Amino acid sequence: MNEARSLSTNPLKSSQPLGAAYAFLGIEGAMPLLHGSQGCTAFALVLFVRHFKETIPIQTTAMNEVSTVLGGTDHLEEAILNIRQRANPKLIGVCTTALVETRGEDFAADLAAIQARRADALGDCRVVLAETPDFRGSIEEGWSAAVTAMIEALTRPTTRRDPERLVVLAPSHFTVGDIEILRQTVEAFGLVPVILPDISGSLDGTVPDRWIPSAYGGTSVADIETLGAACHCIAVGEHMRRPAETLRRKTGLAFTLLPTLTGLAAADRFVALLARLSGRPVPPSIRRRRSQLQDAMLDGHFHFGGRNIAIAAEPDLLYQMASFFAEMGAETTVAIASTPDNPILAAVPAEVTVGDLGDLEERAAGVDLLVSHAHGRQASEHLGIPLFRVGFPIFDRLGAQHRRSALYEGTRDLIFEVANMMIAAADHHATPESLNPLRNREMLHDSRPSPEPRRH
Amino acid sequence: MSLVRTANLFDEPACPTNREKTETARKKGCSKPLTPGAAAGGCAFDGAKIVLQPITDVAHLIHGPIACEGNSWDNRHAASSGSDLWRRSFTTDLTELDIVMGNGEKRLFKAIRAIVERHDPPAVFVYSTCVTALIGDDITAVCKRAAERFGRPVVPVEAPGFAGSKNLGNRLAGQTLLDHVIGTAEPDDVTPYDVNILGEYNLVGEFWFVKPLLEELGIRLRAVIPGDARYRDIATAHRAKANMMVCSSALINLARGMQERWGIPYFEGSFYGIADTSAAIRGICGLLVEQGAPSALLDRAEALVAREEAIAWQRIAPLKPRLAGKRVLLNTGGVKSWSMVDALQEAGMEVIRTSIKKSTEEDKARALAALKDEKHLFDRLAPREIYRMLADGEADIMLSGSRTQFIALKAKTPWLDVNQERHHPYAGYEGFVELLRRIDLAVNSPVFPALRQPAPWDEAGRLTAQPVIPTDVAHSFRKFASGALEDSDDC
Repeated sequence: MNEARSLSTNPLKSSQPLGAAYAFLGIEGAMPLLHGSQGCTAFALVLFVRHFKETIPIQTTAMNEVSTVLGGTDHLEEAILNIRQRANPKLIGVCTTALVETRGEDFAADLAAIQARRADALGDCRVVLAETPDFRGSIEEGWSAAVTAMIEALTRPTTRRDPERLVVLAPSHFTVGDIEILRQTVEAFGLVPVILPDISGSLDGTVPDRWIPSAYGGTSVADIETLGAACHCIAVGEHMRRPAETLRRKTGLAFTLLPTLTGLAAADRFVALLARLSGRPVPPSIRRRRSQLQDAMLDGHFHFGGRNIAIAAEPDLLYQMASFFAEMGAETTVAIASTPDNPILAAVPAEVTVGDLGDLEERAAGVDLLVSHAHGRQASEHLGIPLFRVGFPIFDRLGAQHRRSALYEGTRDLIFEVANMMIAAADHHATPESLNPLRNREMLHDSRPSPEPRRH
Repeated sequence: MSLVRTANLFDEPACPTNREKTETARKKGCSKPLTPGAAAGGCAFDGAKIVLQPITDVAHLIHGPIACEGNSWDNRHAASSGSDLWRRSFTTDLTELDIVMGNGEKRLFKAIRAIVERHDPPAVFVYSTCVTALIGDDITAVCKRAAERFGRPVVPVEAPGFAGSKNLGNRLAGQTLLDHVIGTAEPDDVTPYDVNILGEYNLVGEFWFVKPLLEELGIRLRAVIPGDARYRDIATAHRAKANMMVCSSALINLARGMQERWGIPYFEGSFYGIADTSAAIRGICGLLVEQGAPSALLDRAEALVAREEAIAWQRIAPLKPRLAGKRVLLNTGGVKSWSMVDALQEAGMEVIRTSIKKSTEEDKARALAALKDEKHLFDRLAPREIYRMLADGEADIMLSGSRTQFIALKAKTPWLDVNQERHHPYAGYEGFVELLRRIDLAVNSPVFPALRQPAPWDEAGRLTAQPVIPTDVAHSFRKFASGALEDSDDC
């Protein structure tokens, strides 16, 4: 990992409040409220819209110069009341930004006062505060902070255990498609999954028959309140450890943290855990999926062996992708993480640098595939190396929310998508120059010449 | 296609297999009669097209209904350094009406004209197929007329599928080149160093691993047939001083024919493996010197061979520990039954068995010499038996053609394509290093140990090992799993 530096070129990170707002979008009837200046929200909003191709409900406290100097409580109060009045959400998720955090106020106390003062106006609308200054973290941290804040604020202490209910804390890089697989898999064991956050009902791109201004679908507030009444909690991704620990502290519900659900071994671990928790055998449909994945691995491995991959992503996603490539026989020679604090970085099967897409472009020359979000396209163009898009944002391709990477089906999809890119990249014709052993001789000392020249 | 001509094609005095046969057996030809219901492999049309189609600037027109071309086009990976016309698919796509009304010849002529107008190729090759042969379309006559009319060679390739096997088609293609192409143009740049390579397909461009080495020695490649060849290269191939015939005996009639007509000596060699590549380079130089090239060529060849071998072994060194002791099931047959054995053994691998199907007696003897014991040779293994061997872990990798690919993969065993459908260039020194690198990637792929790991449940889906979960869960879970749900509020 490298030390602090003065310039970020082509940023890899998105802001922490964006990650928190993203998590709130996975709650039924929620409205994320960014406590900051108008622009903080507008930029996040535009990025969400470009990624999801959906109307995204996010509001702003619209801090201005005066309120920044004098204190933002009034703006916060006004925003909450206005949202309550206009959109009637079930939950308002306040995400602080660098602006108000730098000014420094006691948001929790202010919010408690507002809620007490305006109890009548707010009614059953819950307000949750996630402290997510942009100057720290990225999407994963923001996502984790919001989920932690929701459990902290909403979940009621309980010792009740419902043996059929299973809590799954989903990571920020899970798509709608991933969550759908997750749900089906849990349900196949006769368990009732409570997935938090659940963007599959809110950001899955449907066409409702009336206009709904807040997020529709998602985890219900009632489910969050009774989150402790479950047989177990499975947290996916290291960044979900904090919410899982909070849940355990509040309700005593134990958790198992699975760093990834991608790959044969990881999926096996998850499925075996479900079998154990439910006391039921693994159903034939899931065993069939496992066998399909095995076949995909056999057919796909030809296109992974010996390939060098450069990944730039949020820490847990970086771990997921690098582990996946390692399992398939490819080597991650460049691994760039957006933020330094996640302990999973130590487990990434590659040497990790904390950096940006400028670092990716600088180091990735000669690799076979770039893996990053859509902003990696510049590096891809400059280096003439194809880009496999993962994570957020993906604004220049459709269907990002339905692409899957979790469990047997998701891993199978991932293998095919990556292999097809490899095939497409190699699908050009060798030339006498590219194969000339005498020409390639100068390269003998650094690396062996690749028989597949790259098209620029 | 007359029967006499077919029989003549199989009376191949240069073929060692043929020489060993009795007089009557020889008359039967070498195509084994196919067993209906139990036959596999391509037809004569397929074989002819395989040989001729890599000629890059020629328009290849298939005269027949759609299956012959529609189901088989753009299926090979020969590479071209120039025109890509050869990859375009042209067929007359005969309809029922054409066949009933006898419109085939007219349609063919129009098709040739359309190609000439649109693509202006130096030559058009017209392939007959079963249906057009059956209904009696005289493609030779149409080609002759078209050649006159359009002022360029239009070559009839009479190898309809039902004439026989793919192997026969290969030979018919060679015969076509002898009859219609080679010797039809005179080069103005003949040197004492001109050679042809016959039967080299330049798959995935692999011959370009070799060509610069020959050029460094001052050798001029008059024609490589058919890999990356231009029509004119082949038309002037009769002025080469020597021919090298690559491995397969598919074009042996072409080599012998060129020797008879133009006195060009030939030898058989291979560019697969280090020793073979060196032998091939020496062989070419030796023949050229016999034909009058200065003998200094031999010294230059020795120096180049020594240099290239050293570099190759230097590149292989880091791979050797990764390959040492790996057990290989070699399921290819033909020349590779022994030529690859030597090469793999040199790299530290153990060949547990090799197939000797399609191998000549000489091949078999050499395979036996390399592997010491008859039991390591097999003619044909049933897929079930291959599966069993691999599933039981008797080999670490199978090298074969794509036909048996899925036997290995379904047995969760590494597999590498070493036949013509492959996607990687293996010719020459560089190619051998690439082959070993590919074997390394396959045999050491982490995918296989992961796949062989049994699922943590049995055939009924019952867990075979309990996953570890925190003890307090186990506790609460046990309690509630056994107890009634109504109790849960109380605890």
